[in-house]
Amino acid sequence: MRIKKTTRAALIVALALTTAAAWPRAVSAETVLRIGMTAADIPRTLGQPDQGFEGNRFTGLTMYDALTGWDLSSAEKPSVVIPGLATEWKVDDADKTKWTFKLRPGVTFHDGTPFNADAVVWNVEKVLKQDAPQFDPSQVGVTASRMPTLASAKKIDDMTVELTTKEPDSFLPINLTNLFMASPAKWQHFYDKAEGADAKAKSQAAWTAFAKDAAGTGPWKMASFTPRERLELVKNANYWDKARVPKVDKMVLLPMPEANARTAALLSGQVDWVEAPAPDALPELKQRGFKLYANEQPHVWPWQFSRVEGSPWNDIRVRKAANLCVDREGLKDGLLAGLMVPASGTFEPGHPWRGKPSFEIKYDKAAAQKLMQEAGFGPSKKLTVKIQTSASGSGQMQPLPMNEYLQQALAECYFDVKLDVIEWNTLFTNWRRGAKDPSANGSNATNVTYAAMDPFFALVRFLQSGMAPPVSNNWGFINEPKFDELVKKARQTFDPAARDAALAELHAASVDDAAFLYVAHDVGPRAMSPKVTGVIQPKSWFIDFSPVSIQ
Amino acid sequence: MLAYIARRIVYVIPIVISVALVCFLLVHITPGDPLVAVLPADASQELAAQLRAAYGFDRPLPVQFGLWLLRALHGDLGNSIATGRPVLAEVMRAVGNTVTLAIAAAVIGFTMGILLGLIAGYFRETWIDKVATSFAIAGVSVPHYWLGMVLVIIFSVQLNWLPAVGAGPNGSNSWAWDWAHLKYLVLPAITTSVIPMGIVTRTVRALTGDILSQDFVEALRAKGLHERGVFRHVIKNAAPTALAVMGLQLGYMLGGSILIETVFSWPGSGFLLNSAIFQRDLPLLQGTILILALFFVFLNLLVDIAQAAIDPRIKRG
Repeated sequence: MRIKKTTRAALIVALALTTAAAWPRAVSAETVLRIGMTAADIPRTLGQPDQGFEGNRFTGLTMYDALTGWDLSSAEKPSVVIPGLATEWKVDDADKTKWTFKLRPGVTFHDGTPFNADAVVWNVEKVLKQDAPQFDPSQVGVTASRMPTLASAKKIDDMTVELTTKEPDSFLPINLTNLFMASPAKWQHFYDKAEGADAKAKSQAAWTAFAKDAAGTGPWKMASFTPRERLELVKNANYWDKARVPKVDKMVLLPMPEANARTAALLSGQVDWVEAPAPDALPELKQRGFKLYANEQPHVWPWQFSRVEGSPWNDIRVRKAANLCVDREGLKDGLLAGLMVPASGTFEPGHPWRGKPSFEIKYDKAAAQKLMQEAGFGPSKKLTVKIQTSASGSGQMQPLPMNEYLQQALAECYFDVKLDVIEWNTLFTNWRRGAKDPSANGSNATNVTYAAMDPFFALVRFLQSGMAPPVSNNWGFINEPKFDELVKKARQTFDPAARDAALAELHAASVDDAAFLYVAHDVGPRAMSPKVTGVIQPKSWFIDFSPVSIQ
Repeated sequence: MLAYIARRIVYVIPIVISVALVCFLLVHITPGDPLVAVLPADASQELAAQLRAAYGFDRPLPVQFGLWLLRALHGDLGNSIATGRPVLAEVMRAVGNTVTLAIAAAVIGFTMGILLGLIAGYFRETWIDKVATSFAIAGVSVPHYWLGMVLVIIFSVQLNWLPAVGAGPNGSNSWAWDWAHLKYLVLPAITTSVIPMGIVTRTVRALTGDILSQDFVEALRAKGLHERGVFRHVIKNAAPTALAVMGLQLGYMLGGSILIETVFSWPGSGFLLNSAIFQRDLPLLQGTILILALFFVFLNLLVDIAQAAIDPRIKRG
């Protein structure tokens, strides 16, 4: 009995020691996902990220929510707008510039303060109300241009806000995906502590402090931040959408602008996931068991035609011929190693805004040559066109080789393509100046790629006559009354299904008009370690990191 | 000596002002919109005008320069347009990382360069000279970003011995001089060191050969001085020129290499410049160039003073 007792005691001690030894290990078995981004710096963390949609992907949708969001749950279906911090919304029947948004109850910011109507008004005013203490010019550009008609916000009650637009605009719920909700209480805390000569200086200091220790409502919380080097996010276990509580404990974001460096970091095990791996390395990545993901993005690689007087693109036969003369499958399988989707418009079949264009964009060289001959051109009388492009740039894919491919392809349809290659930022600035500006340097098309996330960016700014420079990006001065009518109709149709139908009609009309030379959609390639599971790459610029696991 | 130092410092003042003016103008004459980081191309004109005014870009260029210089004299280089963070803090952190890299590269490059140069100069026209000279030529000829990529492929991707990118397991903020951090420094430091190594080798080789052929060396030998003593004299005579070359090379390295720091994602001044250029972040670009130019100016000042200390003939000139 005595021996038994001793043995039992020894077993209990051994068990206790084993448990004690194992416990810290179990607790510290933190799962970490390390991602190499293409950005050269961590996108801004204070609520309204810079660096385009890559910024929104990494420091917007991770730490913050907007009133409306994107459905990123499927790789097959188009990504559409869904409720976010607002559960429902409707436009006022009598005054179509007024919208009521019902807010999601029970949501708290990462600092524990409640999300409510005051917070929404505060966040609208941070970018729209110049005399508000929290107004921050550095956040205005990237936000206000993405919700061009929003004018003001008013609290109705704690859980209801009224938003007012400058004109009736059914796109507002889509635009609001870009306005992220930062914690007013946390900002106020920094403002109260800030030193500064005046309120403006204090406000700026408060935003600088907020960026280092941010609080939103998103599924990820900021843990540590080293500018230009790393951002560590930890999971928000109290996230309001329980289905989207992250599966990994921590996510580390690392800026790696050089494609070979990113790829080497993945191959050497320094990161688990890289955006846009070096194309040359894809076979090696596959061979070594790394997973590759790609999917059609709402992105278009086009030639945007000049439609000013005297432009050869004013003849629809010429525009259609160019669209029919490009072997996009050849471009995809050859030059781009499969990393593109051939474009037959801004939206592809299956998208709610695609519509039913009668002009089918495909490779049909004989039809293209016929159209060109009808337009008065042929082997002995070539049509000279000049295209302004860049050697590199965000979203431009491989602009020079791709343009040279088009140059060769179009030569077979009696085009003589001249390329005017300029620096990316200059090309981007010229985009706003238009085809009539001396900066166009005699070009009659420009090659600036565009994001097609929402109707304004995808269609309206290019097709509406009022969007001609200097107002917006109708670079070629398109002036088609039909487009203007359809834009107006879409903007003033407030039933979502009917609005989508109107947009589909507008898109179909633009394809039938061959408004652009539609060439490719980018596919947002990613490579990751076999340890990474649960990745769903939607047809979007964004991705949901919440379901991702790492073994 | 003090008068010499004071004179050199006075010479530095107009250089600093000229550097400030040139870097301000260079940055402003480049094409592109300075607000491109915060103002998308689709922003309305009204918004563009509002932001131009908020950032002070609507003022005449001389006014912008005057205000910038005034603030710079007070140690305020403004805030980055893209990030909103103070430029001075950004630049100093990046410069700190570049200094770490430059020191490591200088230790490797200068040690190897002096050693190979002395050996090559001492054994001139022998196979030893040819081997050392080959190293030097390779050092200055091989594109360093290419070498960096090759080193990464061999030592990070294939052998998995050293990290491919970054400045420490948790970033440069927690930098320490232990192996866990130093291993991040090895590949970028070797890559950075090859050009200075080549240049110093060739300089020291030429100087050594030249000095060894001079009459005073013959005289020293004729007086019976042993070879180690002769060698000491050779080193002392070669030192001022070699020091000037090394000072310049250290200056280049302190300026940071955009290519090497980008290849290794090393968060130094080259990486910062790259980012500032592509984002058209004018305050950051101006601030970085100014600080780097000032580094160069003050490094030259130190080299001048050091040369004068070693060779008294210089300060008489």
